[in-house]
Amino acid sequence: MKYILQRLAFYLFTAWAAITLNFFIPRLVPGDPVQSLITKYQGQLSTKSIQSLYVLFGLDKDKSLWSQYIDYWKQLFHGDLGLSFTFFPAPVSQVIGQALPWTLLLVGITTVISFVLGTSLGVVAGWRRGSWADGLLPVTTFFSSVPYFWLGIIAIYLLAGPDSFFPSSGGFDSGLVPAWDQYFIPSAIQHSLLPALTILISSVSGWILSMRNMMVTVSSEDYITVAHAKGLPERRVAVAYAARNALLPNISGFALALGFIVGGTLLVEIVFSYPGLGYTLLQGLGAKDYPLMQGVFLVITISVLVANLLADIAYLLLDPRTRKEG
Amino acid sequence: MAEPVLEIRNLNVDYGLGDKAVHAVRDVNLTLHRGEVLGLAGESGSGKSTLAYGLTRLLAPPGVITGGEVVYHPSSAAAYDVLGLSDQQLRAWRWAETAIVFQGAMNSLNPVHKISTQLTDVLKAHDPKMSEHSRNARAREMLKLVGISADRMGAYPHQLSGGMRQRVMIGMALILQPQVVIMDEPTTALDVVMQRQILGQLIELRERLGFSVIFITHDLSLLVEFSNRIAIMYGGRIVEEAPAATIYRDALHPYSKGLLSSFPALRGPKRELAGIPGSPPDLAGMPTGCSFHPRCPKAFEPCSTAIPVLGRPDTPDGAGRSVACWLHPAEQPVSAV
Repeated sequence: MKYILQRLAFYLFTAWAAITLNFFIPRLVPGDPVQSLITKYQGQLSTKSIQSLYVLFGLDKDKSLWSQYIDYWKQLFHGDLGLSFTFFPAPVSQVIGQALPWTLLLVGITTVISFVLGTSLGVVAGWRRGSWADGLLPVTTFFSSVPYFWLGIIAIYLLAGPDSFFPSSGGFDSGLVPAWDQYFIPSAIQHSLLPALTILISSVSGWILSMRNMMVTVSSEDYITVAHAKGLPERRVAVAYAARNALLPNISGFALALGFIVGGTLLVEIVFSYPGLGYTLLQGLGAKDYPLMQGVFLVITISVLVANLLADIAYLLLDPRTRKEG
Repeated sequence: MAEPVLEIRNLNVDYGLGDKAVHAVRDVNLTLHRGEVLGLAGESGSGKSTLAYGLTRLLAPPGVITGGEVVYHPSSAAAYDVLGLSDQQLRAWRWAETAIVFQGAMNSLNPVHKISTQLTDVLKAHDPKMSEHSRNARAREMLKLVGISADRMGAYPHQLSGGMRQRVMIGMALILQPQVVIMDEPTTALDVVMQRQILGQLIELRERLGFSVIFITHDLSLLVEFSNRIAIMYGGRIVEEAPAATIYRDALHPYSKGLLSSFPALRGPKRELAGIPGSPPDLAGMPTGCSFHPRCPKAFEPCSTAIPVLGRPDTPDGAGRSVACWLHPAEQPVSAV
């Protein structure tokens, strides 16, 4: 318990540092968002509205840096991340709120499937090494060495087209309104198949390879020989003794992968014009939309931290050696 | 003499296949009798652990059994060859009839499972009908038997000391009341005080429960004290086998003599300590004839050309012992008995 609290304190500190950095970075880069808005509206803004824009973006020149920082935190606690100007006047929180579920569902589900599939195949390949299962390795390694956005482009080129079942871009049919109904959901699934497949193919081999290698390492441990000598069924030795112990490094890898769900597959979303967070970030970058970028970075940072915390907790549950007495 | 419980006949174990195979165990004949402690001694690489893995069919690839028989005599059924059992039969035979305590006292227990889980899963595998309650009761009983308090059931291996872990392993080995327990250097990783304590406990348990022990070690001094009979291995072969006291007093094979003179006696007259010159043979390139002849102080002409057969020696006390040495040519080879 004490260990978890320690970790929690550590992560809170890291989160504070990340958020503070997030506050300073836009203030350190040359140019400011109001300037770019002024250019965007080409002098149609009055001095008064320019001043109020500065206040709106928290860049009030009459205020000290410190009170700006305090205001920034206050806003953050109210869930107020400022206004986006790509989607002006929509608040950033709303823009992110719309994009996040797409990324979470697409990449989240794909990551889980990839982990489960890859790890199970890795267990088989490691336990029955030298059998047909080893043939999986070169094939999957080949696909994992191909950059996944390139794989996506190839997939679009080969599989998508006007008459194809697979749509080449977007998250749903343009004629539909997002809703939980029988028209929208199948369309969303149909649109997610190609990007999901791309991510799956490029990420599954990592899991297979690491799990297989851990299985091979663990298989030569003394307690595996003891388990065989005890006359335990083959299945129990493979699962409860070998796979159970070999799983540990993969679990922490999995938690880290969860952290990268939000930010890690930017390029896939861009290739498929998928309405997720990565695509939104791209739009924000193009328009120098600082509040939006700040907001997206914040979400990515927090998700990585949460994933790390999850990894710590999972390790604590799975490996008794990390537990401290008391 | 008591009836046999385990008979190893002409066992051969190779590592690898074909011409490049290394012959780690060659033509080993050994009989374990009911209730006795049979010591198996030899240098590192003499094949003693391979023998133990071979007779329980636990050899990891590329180890293969290339010939021989391991005849097991159950307490109330006809004898059968362990090497001929199906996978299913082998699983049932393991631990229930022959349990093993391994070298790595530290690594024999799975670090992520509780002691109780590792004690009870063996019961579950061999008797699925046993209730969970009686499984736990049995596990607690075994811990008590080896002197560990039952509240350590919920402990993980890393919470126990090395000595406690090895005692848990001994308790685990006895949980199904096997007839044979193979101890493969069970105390190597422990300090001498703990060694003595654990071996003493083991001998006491053996007297109480009546199982037989094959005790494998490179420490001949331990064997002299704890075993009934001793077999000495060199280069994959048994070179001498005799009652412990006989070996200690009057070893016939020059290699056994060498081993015996490499540790000091606690009582009796002082004698000069001497090592054995040279180093153990490379199993991949064995010398011709007797594999010990390049290191043997008494080698003479047949030694380098012909392999001596293990058999009853021509000495007056030849009964009940055997040796493979040209100094004492066999009157009757062991394999013919």
